[in-house]
Amino acid sequence: MTARPEPSAAAGTAAALVDRHYLDVRDLRVTFGTDDGDVRAVNGLSFGLERGRTLGIVGESGSGKSAASLALMGLQRGRRTTVAGEIWLDGENLVTASPERVRSLRGRQMAMIFQDPLSAMHPYFKIGDQIIEAYRVHHDVSKKVAKKRAIELLDRVGIPSAARRVDSYPHEFSGGMRQRAMIAMALSCDPSLLIADEPTTALDVTVQAQILDLLNDLQKEFNSAIIIITHDLGVVAEIADEVLVMYAGNAVEHGPVQEIFSAPQHPYTWGLLSSITRLDRTRSDRLRAVPGNPPSLIAVPDGCPFHPRCQYANLAGPATRTERPTLETVAPGHRVACHLPVEARVRIFREEVAPSL
Amino acid sequence: MAGFVIRRVLGGIVILWLISVITFLLFFLVPKVLGSNPAILFAGRSPSEAAVAGVTKKLGLDQPIVVQYWHFLAGIFTGRHFDAGPDKTWCPPPCFGYSFKNSEPVWQEITRALPVTISLALGAAVLFLLIGVGIGILSALRRGSVVDRAAMTVALGAVSLPVYFTGLVLLLLVSYQWRIFPNIHYVAFLDNPLLWARNLLPAWIVLAFLYSAMYARLTRASMLDVLGEDYIRTARAKGLPERTVVGKHALRSALTPVVTIFGLDLGSLLGGAVLTETTFGFRGLGKTSIEAISTGDLPTILGVTIFAAGFVVLANILVDVFYAVVDPRVRPT
Ligand SMILES: Nc1ncnc2c1ncn2[C@@H]1O[C@H](COP(=O)(O)OP(=O)(O)OP(=O)(O)O)[C@@H](O)[C@H]1O
Ligand code: SF4
Ligand SMILES: [Mg+2]
Repeated sequence: MTARPEPSAAAGTAAALVDRHYLDVRDLRVTFGTDDGDVRAVNGLSFGLERGRTLGIVGESGSGKSAASLALMGLQRGRRTTVAGEIWLDGENLVTASPERVRSLRGRQMAMIFQDPLSAMHPYFKIGDQIIEAYRVHHDVSKKVAKKRAIELLDRVGIPSAARRVDSYPHEFSGGMRQRAMIAMALSCDPSLLIADEPTTALDVTVQAQILDLLNDLQKEFNSAIIIITHDLGVVAEIADEVLVMYAGNAVEHGPVQEIFSAPQHPYTWGLLSSITRLDRTRSDRLRAVPGNPPSLIAVPDGCPFHPRCQYANLAGPATRTERPTLETVAPGHRVACHLPVEARVRIFREEVAPSL
Repeated sequence: MAGFVIRRVLGGIVILWLISVITFLLFFLVPKVLGSNPAILFAGRSPSEAAVAGVTKKLGLDQPIVVQYWHFLAGIFTGRHFDAGPDKTWCPPPCFGYSFKNSEPVWQEITRALPVTISLALGAAVLFLLIGVGIGILSALRRGSVVDRAAMTVALGAVSLPVYFTGLVLLLLVSYQWRIFPNIHYVAFLDNPLLWARNLLPAWIVLAFLYSAMYARLTRASMLDVLGEDYIRTARAKGLPERTVVGKHALRSALTPVVTIFGLDLGSLLGGAVLTETTFGFRGLGKTSIEAISTGDLPTILGVTIFAAGFVVLANILVDVFYAVVDPRVRPT
């Protein structure tokens, strides 16, 4: 591998201790061992997130969004899967913590919402019982108290006549209601970190907007840190404070949402942005609108992993093909990993990309 | 729910009735069409002409088939007289026909064979459920481990070995070679429970060997399917301990298909485990029907077939009801 760990991750812990974010991910690597070789699904990802902030993670299919978020929760699967790097949550490194410790944080301090709320709930158990279970595993209370809590939560996420619906089964709910119930379940223990992996992809557009509103409201109420993974830049624009663009298991650009939309600096981000303006495409098609195919994660290209698809690779000098660009800060809170000189990126965006957006 | 059960039971009765019609036609009409006289079959090998005439009269074989069937059906509920001159035979209800070969009502043969078959089936079922399902779950949880590979290799071998082979080998070893289980024969449970178990054990082992292998594979596959489900990930995401995730969330779904297959297997085992019974010389329903077939004892074949079908139909109903109880999605409202 020619990829080097990022300087921030390699730096000693002494310096790092000084300013650590509420969630601080450093040089995260998730590798799936397969018979064809090691799939480097997450390959040196670093970012930080504070409470009360929402981070949108975007990137095309297979860029490692789910693998990264499952690793944060300690939910990576497979005997031949390794997670390396550091995941600091509220000052505690989850990568080195015991599995039992991580389990006790799961559902309590960090919670997750999944894409398909139908398959994500156990078909045999009542919705209420599933929420009660989530609450009782971390709180020593009677079933009755927990049920009251479940009804409150269902009511809070906008389920009509919650006291009655608490006894329904998942298949008796509509898709949007199920996702609300999933959110209620995730919020049952007031988590300070909420990860939502494509929470609205399986829902129709109006329901989508309602769910996003709900997440927005809940965040204000609970002051949690939210990570929302999506294919839909519209969702990002609506809900996120910051955007992290992933490519081949790594962050290529990370910054405040306004800046990513108005002054993006990475050629891959440009591709994503121009693809959403093409409204004639179907939604799932839009993020694939960057020409070319995602790289193999078993043999990630040398240099910038995006170079085989990058229109500007030739402008960035030979380093583009030999050296992996690291995230450099270009503005407060805005980091970009690209070998092009900053002036060139600003100019290309202004002159070539922006006019067609 | 009650309505659902009643509907299924009524459906089951209709199916049983259809089975009785079809079997009846098969045994009484087909020989006629083929030009042979069923009475000859009933009367046994190379009977005299007078005997054939007597049987024809006695069984009412000279009557139209519908009438014959009606007598058969009514006999189940009211009992039946078989008269031919001075020779009077009473077959009390439930009369599933009368075996002239053995000079006794078929029902009597069935009730004699049934405890043997039930002992064999239930004992084996307890063994193979415990062993097969246990190994299946362990294999799934330790997928790819040495334990898993070893178990699945043995299981693959076991499912491909026929019962009469494993049965004979085991008999040879434990009964004749080592004489641990000498003189194997059926002893009624109420007569001597210890001897009952001792004599059945080799047969249980043979059946359980085959079925454990099948159930281990089935359980493992089902468990692996379920462990990959999104709702298992959700259960983990809630912070549930692994034993709750597996023991409550995964097992409940994974065992549903296993219980379904088990119901059907048990239903057919109760109809008679032909090979095992024959190998060990137990006169259960399986051996009884095999003997009836080899001697052409049509009433016995007919009676046992309908009776065995009853077990399968009953098992199907129970499985459906079970499904409705565990899975709210198929639960009738
Ligand atoms: N258990 C696993 N074993 C092997 N490879 C895996 C496993 N899980 C994920 N991968 C691979 O890791 C890569 C990243 O997958 P991931 O699910 O994180 O992508 P994603 O960004 O969430 O994509 P999508 O937008 O489609 O959800 C993919 O190439 C995928 O095939
Ligand atoms: S480093 Fe080179 S290849 Fe990668 S995005 Fe920048 S210009 Fe394109
Ligand atoms: Mg994903």
